Amino acid sequence: MSRITRVQLFVTCLVDAFAPRTGLAVVDLLERLGLEVECPDGLTCCGQPQLNGGFAMEAAALARRTVDLLTVDDAPVIVPSGSCTDMIVHQYPRLLADDARYAERARQLASRCYELSQFLVDVLGLEVVDARGTGHVAYHASCHGLRGLGVRRQPEQLLDGVDGLTRVPLSEADVCCGFGGLFAVKMPGVSGAMLQRKLDAIEASGADTIVVTDLSCGLHIAGGLRRRGSRVRVVHLADVLGAEP
Amino acid sequence: MSQAPAFDRRAAAAAADAKLGEALRFTTGRLQAGRAAALAELPDADALRDHARRVRAHTLRHLGRYLDQFAVQVEALGGTVHWATTAADAVAVVVEIATRRAARLVVKSKSMLSEEIELNHALEQAGIRVVETDLGEFIVQLARDRPSHIITPIVHWTREDVAVLFRQRLGAAEQDVADIPAMTAFARRLLRREFLAADIGVSGVNFGVASTGSIVTVTNEGNGRLTTTTPPLHVALMGIERIVPTVDDLEVMLRLLARSATGQKLSVYTNIVTGPRRDGEVDGPRELHVVLVDNGRSTLLAGELAEILYCIRCGACLNICPVYQRVGGHTYDSVYPGPLGSVLTPGLHGLAAAPDLPQASTLCGACRDVCPVRIDIPRMLVALRTSSVQQGLGPGWIRLGVKAHAWLASRPRAYRAALRAVGVASAPLARQGWMARLPWPLSGWTAHRDFPAPARRPFSALWAERRRAR
Repeated sequence: MSRITRVQLFVTCLVDAFAPRTGLAVVDLLERLGLEVECPDGLTCCGQPQLNGGFAMEAAALARRTVDLLTVDDAPVIVPSGSCTDMIVHQYPRLLADDARYAERARQLASRCYELSQFLVDVLGLEVVDARGTGHVAYHASCHGLRGLGVRRQPEQLLDGVDGLTRVPLSEADVCCGFGGLFAVKMPGVSGAMLQRKLDAIEASGADTIVVTDLSCGLHIAGGLRRRGSRVRVVHLADVLGAEP
Repeated sequence: MSQAPAFDRRAAAAAADAKLGEALRFTTGRLQAGRAAALAELPDADALRDHARRVRAHTLRHLGRYLDQFAVQVEALGGTVHWATTAADAVAVVVEIATRRAARLVVKSKSMLSEEIELNHALEQAGIRVVETDLGEFIVQLARDRPSHIITPIVHWTREDVAVLFRQRLGAAEQDVADIPAMTAFARRLLRREFLAADIGVSGVNFGVASTGSIVTVTNEGNGRLTTTTPPLHVALMGIERIVPTVDDLEVMLRLLARSATGQKLSVYTNIVTGPRRDGEVDGPRELHVVLVDNGRSTLLAGELAEILYCIRCGACLNICPVYQRVGGHTYDSVYPGPLGSVLTPGLHGLAAAPDLPQASTLCGACRDVCPVRIDIPRMLVALRTSSVQQGLGPGWIRLGVKAHAWLASRPRAYRAALRAVGVASAPLARQGWMARLPWPLSGWTAHRDFPAPARRPFSALWAERRRAR
């Protein structure tokens, strides 16, 4: 692969609306690595809630416009979410397979779209990122990043390389937190029960900070911890790595 | 007002049951750990799983041919094959066999298919006593309960529950229920009498081998072997998808089934029945009837859910499922619970019969990861959700909300405006950036966790500003 000098960033709708600072942390991090960052105008939501809710037509419409916006430029696309990356990488080509105008572009986009930690470790080949932190952190492995993209080793490795941080194990770190998008409001009883088990494991881990690579699970877990009156914080990996040494 | 679907109401009750939670955590944890260790012992488990998947795919692509071959072989061995299109047809075949023989007692080994077609009820209606001989199913029958797992039907029971049941319903003495071996021995003594007196043994079938006409049952208690060999007549109930082409293919499935189910290399009994008693043999049933049951399977086979028929019924997807683990099998209100059942039940009986099941998943994908034949259950759950939307099932607020969101998300200016409006509207409700109570339908969220308030200025605004500054 030729040396990458420019990237496109799709911060995702949740970062856009709920955690703009995490988006800026991603920009800072990528720029510190010497990359030119562009955030194409007009990006909103990748359409995953539609797809998973059974609204295939609406999902395909959002997939098409996202493909349009991210194929003007052929720079790699970085997404600070395993879930949205999986949507673009695995679901878009499937969703648009029969659309003559989009099938090939969707496949092409899928081939150069990466979750943030995957990009840093697997594409750029970084072993550590210069960053500084404090305290005990544990990593919660979000489902779609973990099982769809194989993301777990990468964020754990990057966390281990952060000065001043101690990473502690989290039991059942790879078990779903119960978010599941609309599931959390459609099936609140089940979702709440799954969340409680996740929170118990978090509180037993001794970590003062939970690190996620998906804001969706992060907000779900953080909302649960807050409801419990827990002092454990939840941050995105970019928030940790973006902190300059 | 409770807006939650029936599944979720049952789930909330099950999740609040601490004893059930402990039982589920213990058993599913043990089975999961056993599975992981047993697969790790194989030289190349992933390659074996890929191979098994190919065998299943091939078999189902040529199912008609293999079924015909199987039927010819069974009949050549002296058995009788019955083809049942519906559950009612299958039940009628068995009842007819039993009444023709004037049978009074039927012993059964474990068969999920018999649960699917509700065989026991029909036999009892015909005045025939039915005794379940799998220990778990025996307890289920005694307690008039239902199985809550496809291989460990009483995962929801504790040994203390069983002791009370045996004392109350069977008059067991203190020493009969002192511990699990004592209770097992007690049940065994009762069941032995039933085996010897039974007119018919009814079993399920794990695999039917097309090339030999053999039927294979995989059990751990020996009751399966007694059921299929002691009574003078054996009825084997077999779903049409349970075919494997050859004995070599059988070996592949057997290497994966017990490992995936319980972590055993093989179950304690792997029973291969090839025809009824032959001339000169001193034991075995004189008659063998194989009932091949369709009951919706050939319709499934033709559609986008065909892959669920690859299933070899190991139960690994139940054990790994974070939903199943928290709510147990009864919450599904389906003969087949867990991820498998959430596809199979609406697949066989239609979405209207089980509208909640495809929704009862976060699509976390753990089931697909552990499936010995790599069935993509999440893909099919999404397909069922899509059908559900097309059929107009499900709450209107979801349809409205999701479509409105999609409409806005296609129009960046309107989307930004809406985001700002939500930010303004939610500001008075938020404390330190979080909201503790929201009106329906978001009240489902705030029942269990706080909801984040949108940032005052979204990333897009901050980014535009930064770009202008350069």
